[in-house]
Amino acid sequence: MPKDFGIGASSKRREDVRFLTGQGHYTDDLQLHGQAHAVFVRSNVAHGRIRSVNTARAATMPGVLAVFTGEDFKDVGGNPAGWLIKSRNGEAMREPKRPVLAHGKVRHVGDAYAAVVAETYQQAKDAAQQIADDSVIEELPAIIDMAAAVADASNRVHDEIPDNLCYDWGWIEDNRARVDEVIKSAPHVTTLELVNNRLVPNAMEPRASIGEYFPGTGDYRLTTTSQNPHLTRLLVAAFVLGIPENKLTVVAPDVGGGFGSKIYHYGEEALVLTAARKLKRPVRWTAERSESFLTDAHGRDHVTRIELACDKQGNFLAFRTETMANVGAYLSNFATVTPTFLHGTLMAGPYKVPNVYVNVKTVFTNTAPVDAYRGAGRPEATFSLERVIDKMCRELNLDPFEVRRRNFITPDMFPYTTPVGLAYDTGNYEATLDKVMEIADVAGFEARRKASAARGKLRGLGLSTWIEACGIAPSHLVGVLGSRVGLYDAATVRVNATGNISVMTGAHSHGQGHETVFAQIVAEKLGIPESSVEIVHGDTSKIPFGMGSYGSRSLAVCGVAMSKAVDKIIAKGKKIAAHMLEASEADITFEAGKFSVAGTDKAKTFGEIAFSAYVPHNYPLETLEPGLEETAFYDPANFTYPAGAYLCEVEVDAETGKVDVVAFHCADDFGNIMNPMVVEGQVHGGVGQGIGQALCENTFYDENGQLLTGSYMDYAMPRAADLPFYNVDYSCQTPCTHNPLGVKGCGEAGAIGSPPAVVNAVIDALHRGGITHVTHIDMPVSPNRVWSAIHG
Amino acid sequence: MQLSDSRQIAAPPDRVWAAILDPDVLKACIPGCESMSGSLEAGYTVVVAQKVGPVSARFTGLLSLTDITPGRAVTISGEGKGGAAGFARGGARVTLAEEGGGTLLSYAVDAQVGGKIAQLGSRIIDGFAKKMADQFFQRFAEAVEGPNEAAAGDQPVEDHPRKGWFGKIFGKKTGPQAPDATESQGGEA
Repeated sequence: MPKDFGIGASSKRREDVRFLTGQGHYTDDLQLHGQAHAVFVRSNVAHGRIRSVNTARAATMPGVLAVFTGEDFKDVGGNPAGWLIKSRNGEAMREPKRPVLAHGKVRHVGDAYAAVVAETYQQAKDAAQQIADDSVIEELPAIIDMAAAVADASNRVHDEIPDNLCYDWGWIEDNRARVDEVIKSAPHVTTLELVNNRLVPNAMEPRASIGEYFPGTGDYRLTTTSQNPHLTRLLVAAFVLGIPENKLTVVAPDVGGGFGSKIYHYGEEALVLTAARKLKRPVRWTAERSESFLTDAHGRDHVTRIELACDKQGNFLAFRTETMANVGAYLSNFATVTPTFLHGTLMAGPYKVPNVYVNVKTVFTNTAPVDAYRGAGRPEATFSLERVIDKMCRELNLDPFEVRRRNFITPDMFPYTTPVGLAYDTGNYEATLDKVMEIADVAGFEARRKASAARGKLRGLGLSTWIEACGIAPSHLVGVLGSRVGLYDAATVRVNATGNISVMTGAHSHGQGHETVFAQIVAEKLGIPESSVEIVHGDTSKIPFGMGSYGSRSLAVCGVAMSKAVDKIIAKGKKIAAHMLEASEADITFEAGKFSVAGTDKAKTFGEIAFSAYVPHNYPLETLEPGLEETAFYDPANFTYPAGAYLCEVEVDAETGKVDVVAFHCADDFGNIMNPMVVEGQVHGGVGQGIGQALCENTFYDENGQLLTGSYMDYAMPRAADLPFYNVDYSCQTPCTHNPLGVKGCGEAGAIGSPPAVVNAVIDALHRGGITHVTHIDMPVSPNRVWSAIHG
Repeated sequence: MQLSDSRQIAAPPDRVWAAILDPDVLKACIPGCESMSGSLEAGYTVVVAQKVGPVSARFTGLLSLTDITPGRAVTISGEGKGGAAGFARGGARVTLAEEGGGTLLSYAVDAQVGGKIAQLGSRIIDGFAKKMADQFFQRFAEAVEGPNEAAAGDQPVEDHPRKGWFGKIFGKKTGPQAPDATESQGGEA
């Protein structure tokens, strides 16, 4: 019997009322008295030496209030990378300064080297163009191809980094010799070279920032499109501009999607704050869609060679990968951890493979910075593994279902330590595989294939069994791995005198539905209506602290912090109840919204306790504090490890190369489910993005570093017609063992598990259709690529 | 993008060569050219108005003739800034050979665009560059050959070649721009 409220109910998303009626309040909706407009002057070339930036004419143009260049920021701090990664030889990564505005050189098309603030947007735009016309940038050869970048020491993205290499990382270096040996002597080795295509995040709402400065107090406020306002505050205040944290408020109101791209601090935020201080007026900036394409941190962009060693029955003996990861022109905040610890540590998959070694070379190029994008490293790991496993199955004529089943870590093996350093706490991978085969009617596939063949189409079935590490992250672990921050979170539960509740959470909701789901959890625990609980997020002046939303952490970390704060409320409520009911605190029980003296009918409702807390007329001053408000910080003991099995069915038109995804089935293990409807929505969105990556999306820079896919005319987003109705199951549940809610995380799963299922299905369709020379097609599996592969 | 092609011109190589070095001929042959000034030695300042896909722009830039082997070969290169639209640059290596009583003009074009034109118009850049090159060399051939007999009608054919070019050039001075615009809009749809 489904619940109709509280944990496990499909409560309707309360935020949708405002989103669907045009009542959302986004950064660009904020209109302030006296506001001025900033426009950035961006490089048209991918790589160039700035010979002169001449702002004299622009400064005298109508409405122009201030002009900034890289020179104005050369003495302030750089925007840092959040993780320090070490190379195999023990050297620290190369970490070039990322300035607010480019100084000396421009390093990618879109790199801002000047900015204008004017009375109107149009005036700022005109003056920015004038600066572009009056400036001299000597174009240098662009560094685009990663292999060439590393090979050619004469051409450098950063003059001080000779080989354009950020680091050469080995994971785990101690495994290396053993893995080499096993691969050398293995009965069978399958090798696959593949590209994980670069993606533009394409949040519906472009980035926007508004800076305010209050001269009377010296306070600043930054309203910005951020997934984590506290981290932005820390970066802009402490690292870049040197503003005391307590003088800067960062507000991230409604945010229209992020997918990772709005985790990071960007130079535009520092610029609007600096300009606001100088002009003593609010200064606003909203990205044009072209600017989003050019400057939002992109995702993926790996070139990988993976080897799978096994015996003739398909038992895995070793995996070895060599990857080049494109980091772009500058290190974005999570750019160094995404291709390493979010990727290499997952390279054992859900399999009991004994030997794994991962090598990642991360390379600077004259392209936009690349950073975490929905899944972040884990989709790349999953794609490499699930593709090479499928290739091996074909080479050895083995059943891909059976091979995975044979290699799964089994439920009796948990906790299970992988050869790449993670300790999986729980899971049942075979259960999700069984489930997906059942809901996808694998038994009926042959009949469907024949029906497709009768219509002239090749039908294929593609499997992917994925795992990820999310709920980012245990601080003790990430500290060892090079993180410069902790990744705990915090929540404050404030019970108001009238019994309703405000919950201040460090998570930031930009589409996830926190306002609904978090309220369900609090309401369930306190036995009060969901409508009595309000979730407050996205404002550093209201919330104790928080590391924001990414890495499928909101529920597993921020939600647990909130749950722990509620536990403290209940404990305090018991003290108050004991006083009111003249009983011992040890005798008070709390259930269904009532504090009772055990074994009696004496009880006080939650509302009576709350009122008493704020009207404490007879409290014993020494032993009972008035008020009912608690804060909890929570640092997880481990990552959580959601896993699942995805099955994709495609039809391929061999004459045109067109691929249609005709069915997509997901059987996921997310642990305990708080709101099934929200979980389904998250999986739908993730799978949609995964199919987009597999079939449509690609980011292409030409050899001069011009972004040729710089608009929706050339960058193919998946459309409704490209996507099937998804069949989503989450009934396989092995609750997380180390958080009290037993939850894992579902935000990125779909984007992690789906791309290899699609590509495996396409290859399967071709093989079943007799086109057996095609062993791999790189994403996006576009009609052109499929047709070329068939005829290649 | 790169493309190469050749074109048979019914005129001897020395006449073709003289035309290449003639700024008035170049100006008339560059599609969308609004003005051109300067000299062969110092290079020419050129203003060209063009529409690439959704982007309309007026490009200001330098056109230069380099690597000159008199009578045989030359590289014509240009670089233009189109303000907010971005930039375009390109070069054509042109070689002449006497063939079949006329001249075989061969060219290899290398063209690049940057900024907004690259981001918004990349799909059509190849086609656009080919069209520009085709138009340029078509006009050039016509200018060198002089008005053909059919078009010349009952007017006597001038025996002085330079008048042939000028007649053609000035006669079509404003003509070529109108069809350009229509074709570009067609491309955008």
